[in-house]
Amino acid sequence: MTRQFDRTFWGLTAGLLFLFVLNLFLEEWMRTIGLQSLSRGLVAVGLLILWRTGLVSFGHALFFGFGAYTVALMQIVGVNDIFVLMFCGTAVAGLFAFLLGFLLRQYRAIFFALLNMAFSMILYGVLAKVESLGSTDGIGINQITYLGLKPEGEGYRMALFVFAAVFAYIAAVGAHWYLKSTLGMMTMAVRENEIRVEYLGYSAERAIHVKYVISGLLAGAGGVIMAITVGHVDPESMVYWIVSGDFVFITILSGTGNVGATFIGALVYELLRTYAFEFAPQIWQLILGGSLLFIIMFLPDGLWSIRSEWRNRRNLAAAARSETQVAE
Amino acid sequence: MRGIALDFELLIVILVDGLVYSSYLFLVAVGLTVIFGVQKVLNVTHGSFYAFGAYFAAYLIGLWTNGGLPDWGGFLLILGSALILGVVLGVVIERGLLKHLYGRDEHVMVLATFAAFLVLEDVILLIWGTDPYLAFAPLALLGSTEIAGLIFDVYSLSMISLAFVVAVILWYGLNRTQFGKILLAVIFDRELSMAMGINVTKVFLVTFIIGTFLGALGGAYHAPIISVQPGIGVEVIVLAFAVVVIGGMGSIPGALIGSIIVGISRASAVHMLPEVELFVIYGIMALVLVIRPEGLFAPVKARRI
Repeated sequence: MTRQFDRTFWGLTAGLLFLFVLNLFLEEWMRTIGLQSLSRGLVAVGLLILWRTGLVSFGHALFFGFGAYTVALMQIVGVNDIFVLMFCGTAVAGLFAFLLGFLLRQYRAIFFALLNMAFSMILYGVLAKVESLGSTDGIGINQITYLGLKPEGEGYRMALFVFAAVFAYIAAVGAHWYLKSTLGMMTMAVRENEIRVEYLGYSAERAIHVKYVISGLLAGAGGVIMAITVGHVDPESMVYWIVSGDFVFITILSGTGNVGATFIGALVYELLRTYAFEFAPQIWQLILGGSLLFIIMFLPDGLWSIRSEWRNRRNLAAAARSETQVAE
Repeated sequence: MRGIALDFELLIVILVDGLVYSSYLFLVAVGLTVIFGVQKVLNVTHGSFYAFGAYFAAYLIGLWTNGGLPDWGGFLLILGSALILGVVLGVVIERGLLKHLYGRDEHVMVLATFAAFLVLEDVILLIWGTDPYLAFAPLALLGSTEIAGLIFDVYSLSMISLAFVVAVILWYGLNRTQFGKILLAVIFDRELSMAMGINVTKVFLVTFIIGTFLGALGGAYHAPIISVQPGIGVEVIVLAFAVVVIGGMGSIPGALIGSIIVGISRASAVHMLPEVELFVIYGIMALVLVIRPEGLFAPVKARRI
């Protein structure tokens, strides 16, 4: 089998190398924005995978929260290494996604979205009452180590950025390959007509379950990175339904065309949020909501569709030119 | 009162508190369910309608009382503000936003209303600022009463009757009037009713205005009991979701039963097991979705092949 030149894969690789170089020059606050974009981008990649099946979850803050709070719990028992934290955070989120998946894979459309929301709100309710985890005030996250090493000064955040970027790269490439695989492609068929997929001999529910677990793992990883980046976890900013809404926002913003676009979308979202809050604290939600409305109305396939739009226009223009040439 | 109280007293407290809370939930949720039933839009902006209602009523009542006018006027103001908001916000959101989105995916509609919700949250802040508003004149006017040796304020109890009245009017309007029959036809089959000459666009607009009015009324009537401050809409909308999902989306009897279930369970949790207060509602919601995904009262749908 000859392998076609995979644009997305090389694009992601170039993006990673670019981030490595960029890391050396970034200001501290920019690095924080970058880290938050990578974190939210990971969750949004998970949502993209679900979206391809026509499923939207309004409760992925559940797994985000599991990831973030696992970090807090592990630090209480004295684990500070980022590799262990990352492994455990994603594993816990993935485990819950696996268990809940048995139930949720039977649901579609708005019921899927709302049942997810119900579960995330249950976790919110529990965390808001657990005093050993700071209830509504949340709990601080200590600085972490890298296999026992702890870079000092600016190096600490630089190392975190590299870690997050590499992790996001691996996750994005994995997700991209998964979406191109037979199992990944099949779920688009599930969106179109599930019953026919079943007649063809595939189990639609199992395919959805797999996607659900993947999205849970990714959301958990995002939660771990966010917790370490912010240095604090609390139910309001990690598990509340608004947080889930923001993730879906990023998915809409990026469109479902490409995994790489999701990270660009996450960055755009983060910049929008930061600058709106910086320059117009009175109306930052208005700006955010307004941009979301704009995207829904005018760019229904997200920012990525600008690119395909350009390409279409260019092709059309080329076709028109060749036609006139033929006519002449 | 709690803890040392006799079991009978506890029961009364739970029942009354629960019913008051249920009626509040019903007033908010019924508008949401009406809109979902007809337009198939799970309308997140409903939370803003509630918040707008509360702010507008509290603001007007404040002006009214400062002007030295009689306290009973507060009730007219509550109704008036809900009516005005129903028409203004209803028309703006339906004509300005939803009209362009009918036919898109269900979750795109949810997101669009979520976006509009974010926008309206800030609009409220721009109009009324961040300071809390208090409007207790109607609350003070009605005073308090005694039930089985326990004291309750009459205003909260009057909410139960308001919810009852709204439920009866809606039932009557839907089942005994011509508009109700048209509405049922549109709910049943949108395209066929269009073909039969029903002006579906108008039906949508009117329904949305009614739904908006109900949301604003819930907020306006609740304003004297609560401190009207930023963020009240955020909490209400998820609660209303839970109620509507439990009862079955689009069903008015469902909203009624859903609010009673949620109201009583929350009151029981508050008085007996405060640790679970926050998540008992969503626990029930999840449970209902697990056992009966369509909710307790939802109409049956055909399978698409």
